[in-house]
Amino acid sequence: MMQELSLNVLDVAENSVRAGASLVEITVEEDTAADRLTIVIRDNGKGMTPEQVQTVIDPFYTTRTTRKVGLGVPFFRMAAQLSGGDLTIQSQPGEGTTVTATFGLTNIDRMPLGDMNGTVSTLVQCNPHIDWVYTRRKDGREMVMDTRQFREILGEVPLDSPEVLGFLGDYLRENTAELLANE
Amino acid sequence: MKSLAELQALREQMKGRVGIRHDDDSSIRVVVGMATCGIAAGARPVLAAFTEEVAKRGLSNVAVGQTGCIGICQYEPVVEVFEPGKEKVTYVKVTPGMVPAIVSQHLVNGTPVTEYTIGASGAQG
Repeated sequence: MMQELSLNVLDVAENSVRAGASLVEITVEEDTAADRLTIVIRDNGKGMTPEQVQTVIDPFYTTRTTRKVGLGVPFFRMAAQLSGGDLTIQSQPGEGTTVTATFGLTNIDRMPLGDMNGTVSTLVQCNPHIDWVYTRRKDGREMVMDTRQFREILGEVPLDSPEVLGFLGDYLRENTAELLANE
Repeated sequence: MKSLAELQALREQMKGRVGIRHDDDSSIRVVVGMATCGIAAGARPVLAAFTEEVAKRGLSNVAVGQTGCIGICQYEPVVEVFEPGKEKVTYVKVTPGMVPAIVSQHLVNGTPVTEYTIGASGAQG
């Protein structure tokens, strides 16, 4: 079991990397009025059949598997359900996969979101060949980090060079702080 | 607030320096286990600490990356150091506090921090 939702995101996004995605979009949205926190991880990887989706959600669903099944998605789903939310997966072979987890925002059993910026920085650093879009939304306002924009500006300078990663960390931290400060 | 204009300025600064990072025989690879087990045990701040320390010291011959589960989940966070021509060194139960010593003693001076390795933990490597 993870201690923060952001660690679940780090873990589950790894599935998108392994699915051969070239673009992964992560959205974290707080909706105070609806008392809901929604986390979406969408990729354009190889996708899954309905049977595979079932197996990923519940590792005990079948005994007949040709590969090992991880605990990443079940942990994430458990965290969602404990807070009165749920986790769904939409997937299509050849098209990609979207994992959507909802949480009761003020539910006492909801895990803290934790260091989402650390998760995004880690994903970019470890997978610089993939494009990442991170959207942080709160009650209709948002901040977006899109590595495609970064790349366009950087030209031949690598996304994972230490200086750029340093900028990325500051960019995420400062812009998230500003989003959350503006009520 | 940070804007993309600052990234543009950073790019101008860095333009001439691209390509000095060498991925040749002298390069050292540091990989942090980042599967479910590693992440749950605290691998993310360990990876961040290595990245920061390596950048701070300007070690252009060190690459920091991730790997999956290597099957010793009880010893996570696990960090492996690969140096050309040397045996792999495996550090176990690594915390961000251990990182500066590993970077200075091992990556810079070439002497593994034995007390943090899997051998010292009494486990089978």
